[in-house]
Amino acid sequence: MAEPVLIKGNEAIAEAAIRGGCRFFFGYPITPQNEIPEYMSRRLPEVGGVFLQAESEIAAINMVYGASGAGGRVMTSSSSPGISLKQEGISYIAAAELPCVIVNMVRGGPGLGGIQPAQSDYFQATRGGGHGDYRLIVLGPAGVQEAVNLMMGAFDLAEKYRNPVLILGDGALGQMMEPVVFPDYRGPAPTNKDWVTNGAKGREPRVINTLMLDPDDLYRHNLKLQAKYARISENEVKYEEYMTDDAEWVLVAYGTTARVCKSVVDQIRPEGRKVGVFRPISLWPFPKEPLAKLAGRVKSLLTVEMSMGQMVEDVRLSVNGKVPVHFYGKAGGLIPTRAEIRNKLLEVMGTSKGGDGR
Amino acid sequence: MPKVVFSEDRCKGCELCVTVCPRKIIFIADRMNARGFRPATVTAMDKCNGCTLCARICPDTVIDVYRDAPAAKED
Amino acid sequence: MSLVFTRPKSLSERVTTYCPGCTHGIAHRLVAEVLDELDLREKTIGIAPVGCAVFAYDFFNTDFQQAAHGRAPAVATGIKRVLPESFVFTYQGDGDLAAIGTAEIIHAATRGENISVIFINNAIYGMTSGQMAPTTLVGQKTTTTPGGRDPKKAGYPLCITEMLALAPGAAYVARCSLHNVANIQKSKAAITKAFKMQVENRGFSVVELLSSCPTNWGMTPAQALKWIETDMIPVYPLGVFKDVTQEVAPGGDA
Repeated sequence: MAEPVLIKGNEAIAEAAIRGGCRFFFGYPITPQNEIPEYMSRRLPEVGGVFLQAESEIAAINMVYGASGAGGRVMTSSSSPGISLKQEGISYIAAAELPCVIVNMVRGGPGLGGIQPAQSDYFQATRGGGHGDYRLIVLGPAGVQEAVNLMMGAFDLAEKYRNPVLILGDGALGQMMEPVVFPDYRGPAPTNKDWVTNGAKGREPRVINTLMLDPDDLYRHNLKLQAKYARISENEVKYEEYMTDDAEWVLVAYGTTARVCKSVVDQIRPEGRKVGVFRPISLWPFPKEPLAKLAGRVKSLLTVEMSMGQMVEDVRLSVNGKVPVHFYGKAGGLIPTRAEIRNKLLEVMGTSKGGDGR
Repeated sequence: MPKVVFSEDRCKGCELCVTVCPRKIIFIADRMNARGFRPATVTAMDKCNGCTLCARICPDTVIDVYRDAPAAKED
Repeated sequence: MSLVFTRPKSLSERVTTYCPGCTHGIAHRLVAEVLDELDLREKTIGIAPVGCAVFAYDFFNTDFQQAAHGRAPAVATGIKRVLPESFVFTYQGDGDLAAIGTAEIIHAATRGENISVIFINNAIYGMTSGQMAPTTLVGQKTTTTPGGRDPKKAGYPLCITEMLALAPGAAYVARCSLHNVANIQKSKAAITKAFKMQVENRGFSVVELLSSCPTNWGMTPAQALKWIETDMIPVYPLGVFKDVTQEVAPGGDA
């Protein structure tokens, strides 16, 4: 096992991408993820890859489209407003069934907002973001090591399903430094893709296309995409349960917020209160069934987010009225503190049959 | 003797070939093709000199041009 | 007797969806002829962005990617960076290149991206049925300038090709016309030079082709070609604006 290194989240994500086989990066500077393109600009040429700073986030996502269609293992990274710009391109990539990895280090919004961490792009990530019926595989790491592990597998995952994979981080994850053990470099990426446009030598020409004017054709294409999303939902759900075996109250949170929730549990358990954490790691596909099962045996759930309430809607859908679902959130770049979450939890415990507390 | 062969079913009747023929031998036929256009055609083939102007202005590659000797000037 | 003129191999057999007399058909054929003559068909990836010619992927016998509106030079960049030995060209209209795609075309030229751009300027938006383009002439009637383009409200026509010639990364920048056979042949010569620039890794190349839109101009195809000559050329002068392989005075012949 390699030695751990102390490394900043953004840089770790970039290094992990390269170890996972990424050889093409197109991006644009935006706080708080600039270390990703900067790291890529140094490291990619060292491994024979290509780094290009594009003229905008829009140009960058379209470079990703072209590069992926040509068979490259390619990624882009940005933060909330830049991810908004990319939405048309992402819809195109999903429609054309091209693999790629997109990293969003979420910052406070809406608008230009702030540069501090947030989780207010959950809707954007899991509810399209762009136009049309499509889904991204969305992963929410809760620490730098987990971000590295998820990133290492992200390109294989994207290629397995010919789908974009979105790593939903936040400004804190990108900026924090933690000890990380990097897995070894993966071998060369598969190149025998039978849909790649790399020159019609000895074969019929291929077209990578998203235009389907005949409504029957487009409907059939949508059915095909939905079948794929159903396969992803069956196979790629990821989540973690922390001290839920005997829990009566469960905090539901992802990413950085989940870490604070775990420390709430660590603090409150010695007081005799049975609290646990349910932590989705795949935000799409959302771990509906495990959460529903858990909800069946607890008194209520408290969803905590760095937003005004986005993932809580998926929690409510999963729980389907079985037990009350409460919400606590902060926006603007603030991270809920352990004390704030604890106070809200105690309030929820006090009103044992209470409805939605906000 | 040079000749031009029109793949009539490709023709959209745009008449650009009619305007460029220096011998003025191309005209629009009375009949309709499968697309519902009246195609361009030539009957006085003996007057064709194989200049290829018609073929070069045709947007739909309707016209193949045949000539005897090596082309006088080709690009 | 031998066949001296026929459909090039890089052009598919399909009859195009373009209007009768539309010069897209001529431009497509010229590109295909050059791809044949330079033996590029099997390593070519074309990019077809939004516009009447979004369907270009049906009319060429090469790999193609359909691209979002304006973004073809970025898509081309992605492809060329993954496959530097391939031949990559975009085929863009005036809205695509000179309205929504101005950033992408300027930066592809500035980067000296080793791609070739065919720029079809017909001074109007064809696919969406006749709205103003950045290249619409002053006084020209379109569906969004029903009284004729008034520069005080809607600005002036954009000569973007001259601007692209200023980019240090540009290797060959030219404007030609498709309004008669002599100019069609000059256009082919320019496309040949442009494609050779890419083959020789000299940088970015673009050929603007003054083209017609008989349907939305409300003219016959023959009248439309005449209008290019009488009305468009004075605003969009023909010539080679940059050629790194030789000293070129502005406005020199292609």
